[in-house]
Amino acid sequence: MTMQMPDARIPEGSLENKWHSCLDSLRLINPVNKTRKKVIVVGTGLAGASAAATMAELGYQVEAFTFHDSARRAHSIAAQGGINASKNYRNDGDSDYRLFMDTIKGGDFRSREANVCRLAQISGNIIDQCVAQGVPFAREYGGYLDNRSFGGALVSRTFYAKGQTGQQLLLGAYGAMNRQIHYCKVRLHTRCEMLDLVVKDGRAVGIITRSLLDGSIRRHSADAVVLATGGYSNVFYRSTNAAACNVTAAYRGYKRGALFANPAFTQIHPTCIPISHEHQSKLTLMSESLRNHGRVWVPKSGDDRRAPGDVPEDQRDYLLERKYPSYGNLAPRDISSRAVKEVCDEGRGVGDMRQSVYLDFKGTIAKQGRKFVEQRYGNLFEMYEHITNENPYDVPMKIYPAAHYTMGGLWVDYHLMSNIPGLFVIGEANFSDHGANRLGASALMQGLADGYFILPQTIGHYLADNHERVEVDDEVFAATESDTAQRIARLMDIQGQRSATSFHKALGDIMWNYCGMGRNREGLNKAIGEISALRDEFWQNLRVPGDSADFNQQLEYAGRVADFLEFGEIMCHDALTREESCGAHFRDEYQDEGEARRDDERFSHVAAWAYQGDAAGPERLTEKLEFDCVKQTVRNYK
Amino acid sequence: MKVTLRIWRQRNQAAEGGFVEYAVDGISADDSFLEVLDALNEMLIEQGNEPVAFDHDCREGICGSCSLMINGSAHGPVQATTTCQLYMRHFRDGETISVEPWRAEALPVIKDLVVDRSAMDRIMQSSGYISVNTGEAPDANAIPVSRFDADKAFDAAACIGCGACIAACPNASAMLFVAAKVTQLAILPQGQPERVHRVTSMVEAMDREGFGNCSNHYECAKACPKSIPIAFIAHLNREFINAGLFGREYGKSAFHAEHEE
Repeated sequence: MTMQMPDARIPEGSLENKWHSCLDSLRLINPVNKTRKKVIVVGTGLAGASAAATMAELGYQVEAFTFHDSARRAHSIAAQGGINASKNYRNDGDSDYRLFMDTIKGGDFRSREANVCRLAQISGNIIDQCVAQGVPFAREYGGYLDNRSFGGALVSRTFYAKGQTGQQLLLGAYGAMNRQIHYCKVRLHTRCEMLDLVVKDGRAVGIITRSLLDGSIRRHSADAVVLATGGYSNVFYRSTNAAACNVTAAYRGYKRGALFANPAFTQIHPTCIPISHEHQSKLTLMSESLRNHGRVWVPKSGDDRRAPGDVPEDQRDYLLERKYPSYGNLAPRDISSRAVKEVCDEGRGVGDMRQSVYLDFKGTIAKQGRKFVEQRYGNLFEMYEHITNENPYDVPMKIYPAAHYTMGGLWVDYHLMSNIPGLFVIGEANFSDHGANRLGASALMQGLADGYFILPQTIGHYLADNHERVEVDDEVFAATESDTAQRIARLMDIQGQRSATSFHKALGDIMWNYCGMGRNREGLNKAIGEISALRDEFWQNLRVPGDSADFNQQLEYAGRVADFLEFGEIMCHDALTREESCGAHFRDEYQDEGEARRDDERFSHVAAWAYQGDAAGPERLTEKLEFDCVKQTVRNYK
Repeated sequence: MKVTLRIWRQRNQAAEGGFVEYAVDGISADDSFLEVLDALNEMLIEQGNEPVAFDHDCREGICGSCSLMINGSAHGPVQATTTCQLYMRHFRDGETISVEPWRAEALPVIKDLVVDRSAMDRIMQSSGYISVNTGEAPDANAIPVSRFDADKAFDAAACIGCGACIAACPNASAMLFVAAKVTQLAILPQGQPERVHRVTSMVEAMDREGFGNCSNHYECAKACPKSIPIAFIAHLNREFINAGLFGREYGKSAFHAEHEE
């Protein structure tokens, strides 16, 4: 079966007018009829909560779902640094165009011009909305909003709320949604996990959920389904993501026919606290801002095991400054991560496991004083000491890259609708705006642009078609529910020897080694074989204790691991077939002395994977990326 | 290192619970408390037993999912810390550590160490927000906010909604939690139009859920992983009295009904 790549519905006209002309062409629904339309939103992070609130304000009936105990727990809450917007409050020459250009270039020319331009145009409205909700952004003494600078940009356009920007923005969206819950326009289902998408005659008509409280399986029908279910960095087992982040909702959509775009585009963040002990479950991010005043180094010789303070200056390798003299320690995330991995692979890493590099503030402290560092980074230094029991004022921090964000996701058109009519995907769960690498402080911007300003408009165009709602007593709901129940029964019935965690760890090792920061043909082929073998063992030797009709955290987890075990293989296929290096995707075979070598002739496209049944491999479709306004150049940070 | 965990096990809300002791060996001082529970659960699964249920997610001290009374203290013995960021170096080798769920009538146990905190969300849903539709907002710099007020609002907004304040309070009062939100929005100019209504409505919701009142034990602020200051409770009380004087008396919801649309 060969699928056709669907039309991305990018409006005609000049780049800066595309969004306006799209808005002008969208069909509208009268206010009374809106109240008869029901929309399901899965996920209540920045994208999901903002979309649920805004659609309810417009009059739609919204059913929101979260597997957490509260909507406020979504992992958007952990974002530290900030949110970009082209307000140009600093008068430093920023504009929508510059934010657009930085984002396109940062993504290594693998995103859609039209989407990124819209994102930049909307960015300012997001800040207005959040301030009106009472989000306590940092301010100056005059009472106006403060900004700071972030990687990949030469202007200061990042708005922030100390190191808690994500939590403050999420609480804003959570408040907006709470207001609609109060008015009974949003019905929120907590501790309720989506386990399948219901598709009838090619349209998304509802979802199947499992209550995490009592295991009950339920059917929910609606006129449209929105997935706002985040990213899949946990395919690597250890990442900066929260423990429950997973690919299940998106993957279930994929298995029902939705295209999965660019799954191999995964961002590895350079500054995380490295693995130090066997039980470690989490890699904690240290904000990118630290690289403003910290210098990254390792000893020149791999045999040098002296304490950092005892290594003389001339025997240190300040690797980022050496390799990228003009950007130095502030080189973009993908490039910095690779440089760090390179020296560790050479055997020059530091720490007990030799899998980290120093991030040293000694020079800054000597030159500008301890107080200077305290004012800027005090809370981060405290957090580091808290976790590692080492004082970074005295000894350099040890850092190592960790999986952090996934640019890939379900394919969506300009309306944020997948190739399944009625299925919309927003936030990190879609693939749309970051290309092959995301810039810092752009994830919050995209999630809120999608949720507050784009989806609530475009979804009306689909709902105006007035398709008849498929009710839950339809046979398609019964059949999909039965698939879900069988899958759960299958997991429960294995009764083998190994826990879900042990399989997840093993998968994470495969993915990190062969589909992490550096990838090559041989390794990826090996990974595909190993994942397949691991998956076979999973279905023969998994042990899920307890009962399926009960609160059962191991069962929830096992289902997510099962999906990761299939999804990991698609990631490897995507990495294997993209025979170029771009952004965070680095193929050893395609490089110029360690720098990524893009192949615009052959790969200036989105790769979208179509499910073809369990026996056949997935099919790779492509959407050509047109660059009308931007010239595809080589990213040079030297 | 090695510790004995004395853990509260309870099948469900209706069942009777009790402590069960487990010895866990091979712990690193750098393990977090939750990683020790992970290790225990792996062991229990291997033995064919049911693992201990507990809430957790971000493991970096911000999502508010994790809880636990550890040796009688909410989030354990270290101040300004969530359980996920509590490390084993703070315990003695060979120590017996008791682990219980939050205890409050309004936060019933679901299973083992997991409690139902939806009462806290219902308070927020009652009016813990500023009513502004998407698209209505003026330019972000149209309303200057003094830096002092902005910083104070941020300190209040730092609450992660974990419930430690309630668990630590002998009255199981949610007043620090409510005070944080009321203070944040009462300080900011954007919060003024609904200021009077908001506080009374939230206090009513708090009482409906069965939370107790504050009688100045200060345990809440001590247990708070984000160090929300106790002074915000005084702020809440002032706001509450003020609201009673200026048109929104407790229990008299004429304005409230109008507000509901």
